[in-house]
Amino acid sequence: MTSKLVGVFRGSTLLRSLAIVLVAGVVLIVVTDSVSSYRNLQIAYGAYYFCVLAGLTVLAGASGQISLGQGAFMAVGGYTFAKLNASPVGWSVFPSLSGAVAASILIGIPVGVAASRLRGPYLAGATLAFAVGLPALADKFPAFFGGENGLIVNPPIAPPWLGANFQLERWEAWVACAGALVVVFVLYNLTHSAVGRSWRAVRDGEIAASLSGLRVGRQQALAFTISASCAGLGGGLLAAVTQVASPGAFPLQLSLTLLAGVVIGGLGSLAGAVWGAALLVFLPNWTTDIAGSFSLSSNVSHNLPIAVYGLVLIVAMLVWPSGIQGGVRVIKRGAGSAIRSRRGRGSAEPATAASEATEPIADEEMNASHP
Amino acid sequence: METREPREPLTGAGGLSVLDVVVSFGGIRALEGVSVEVSPGEVLGVIGPNGAGKTTLFNVICGFVRPQSGTLSWGGKPLTGVHPARLASLGIARTLQGVGLFGGLTVLENVMVGAQRFRRARLPLAMLGLPWSDADERRLRDRALVALGRLGCEDVVDRLPGTLPYAVQKRVALARALACEPELLMLDEPAGGLDARELSELGDLIGSVGSSVAVMLVDHHMDFVVSVCDRLVVLDFGRVIADGDPSTVRQDPRVLEAYLGREAVQDDALRSGGAEDAHA
Ligand SMILES: Nc1ncnc2c1ncn2[C@@H]1O[C@H](COP(=O)(O)OP(=O)(O)OP(=O)(O)O)[C@@H](O)[C@H]1O
Ligand SMILES: [Mg+2]
Repeated sequence: MTSKLVGVFRGSTLLRSLAIVLVAGVVLIVVTDSVSSYRNLQIAYGAYYFCVLAGLTVLAGASGQISLGQGAFMAVGGYTFAKLNASPVGWSVFPSLSGAVAASILIGIPVGVAASRLRGPYLAGATLAFAVGLPALADKFPAFFGGENGLIVNPPIAPPWLGANFQLERWEAWVACAGALVVVFVLYNLTHSAVGRSWRAVRDGEIAASLSGLRVGRQQALAFTISASCAGLGGGLLAAVTQVASPGAFPLQLSLTLLAGVVIGGLGSLAGAVWGAALLVFLPNWTTDIAGSFSLSSNVSHNLPIAVYGLVLIVAMLVWPSGIQGGVRVIKRGAGSAIRSRRGRGSAEPATAASEATEPIADEEMNASHP
Repeated sequence: METREPREPLTGAGGLSVLDVVVSFGGIRALEGVSVEVSPGEVLGVIGPNGAGKTTLFNVICGFVRPQSGTLSWGGKPLTGVHPARLASLGIARTLQGVGLFGGLTVLENVMVGAQRFRRARLPLAMLGLPWSDADERRLRDRALVALGRLGCEDVVDRLPGTLPYAVQKRVALARALACEPELLMLDEPAGGLDARELSELGDLIGSVGSSVAVMLVDHHMDFVVSVCDRLVVLDFGRVIADGDPSTVRQDPRVLEAYLGREAVQDDALRSGGAEDAHA
């Protein structure tokens, strides 16, 4: 009976992705209930970073493309959110977020099509140029985009049924986490379907993939657009949580730190994107503390985070080329085989089969780095 | 393997027909008016010295190279200018020189990609993880397992190609091509790197792909080609210099001179300054 249920569960992508979303959702509700408003704000930051990183990690890990322009897609999402949320449109949070996603898809498609014609450094350069060029648009139309100060966003209002005293920060964390869970749901489903397999096939061999009937350019543009939509959602959430969409919120170095976060977290793995998001939230604080304790000049301390990212990136590449999640996998596997060898061979086989069936799909499938 | 009667020319329906194809790369004429036909159930070998234009001919058929002139048709319909990604849905599968497997995909996934022309679930279904998408995946998996079973690769379905011996990788590549249930199977050097026993297995396999499947193969392994193919086309300097059943072609004086004889007169060729190298 239970084995039958397990079989149904394992055979259904929908049930598995819903289970992940459900468990993560419950955990987040419990956590956001028990921590301070400052921590809730950090959770919200982490959640919107996660959206962007998850999209980028699938793009880089599964489809093998790189983008230095995710910050620009965040800006698209952020500004669209601000425009839709404020009067005269005056949409509430979730419709405005959908609008942010739609806008980033609309811009993601042509950029993705162009990107699908480029490889390696050319792709990196072109997406970087996009990240540099797009914010200039905001400067061109200061009346519409609010110039240097950007657009002010109203704080999201928690629905009345949550009670009158429901903390703003907690509601912000909920909104951002809801967005992150949608991203988890969609990306998990995609990467466990023929779509994800097609991306990885194109990544590994374009000629062989097209001989198998895959349109290489189309697959790459699709992956790019989906990662752009995740970045757009992240940007919309950023605007909702920080209550502003301004050029300063989407600097060029944001795109670079996003890429660093993805690589350090572990390329191609959604769990790695969680690590990356945590890093992006905490690293600036740590570097500020370090800068404070050494009483560095503001010039140095402002640029310290990006320098630290570079440093961590280099160290991570040397020590843990498959990122934090890669390290976690090694530890988990080590622990797993230790338990198995203690249990003896008889029970070991099914355990291996089970962990083999669930684990690799979760993280490793998108990675080429099997031992 | 028995050889057949010389065939009738194709009447247009069924099979592949290549007519007067010309391809040049800059100054090099890779194909100069090549005409080749393959009919269903036939195994055609394309042979010729290095640089003769064999791979180029494959690339023209697959749409990777556009011919300057000439026409191609498949099953009576024009094939000229067809995008390579459409071939699978037209029932044309090709293995690449070497192995050409997807290194980051398991053996099973590799072959599932080959079967993907039978995929029905589209993006929105996959995005929402709906049961239709799962059912589709199960169908692809079953097809892939059948193809892998045919090649005796059931035991390695969860392995990555890079961890397997070369001969097994080549079988997986063939399984991937077969998984699309082709009506034209194009094999570029399928025998490369195989030992005698593996060669005879491969020969049996090619003989068993079915009476409705046309096979076109390029290889340098002469004994293998002669034993497997129903007919041989010999290319030299981008021209067809012989076309007929293997034993006849093997005796053709022009072929002996251009290709088969090369082994016999290799020493002479080397002594006379390697005219072949200048060509290749
Ligand atoms: N993309 C290309 N650009 C320029 N020249 C090419 C290209 N592809 C092939 N050629 C030339 O066309 C000729 C035919 O090459 P092709 O690869 O078709 O030969 P082949 O018969 O497959 O040789 P081999 O047995 O060595 O694989 C050669 O002279 C080769 O140098
Ligand atoms: Mg060749």
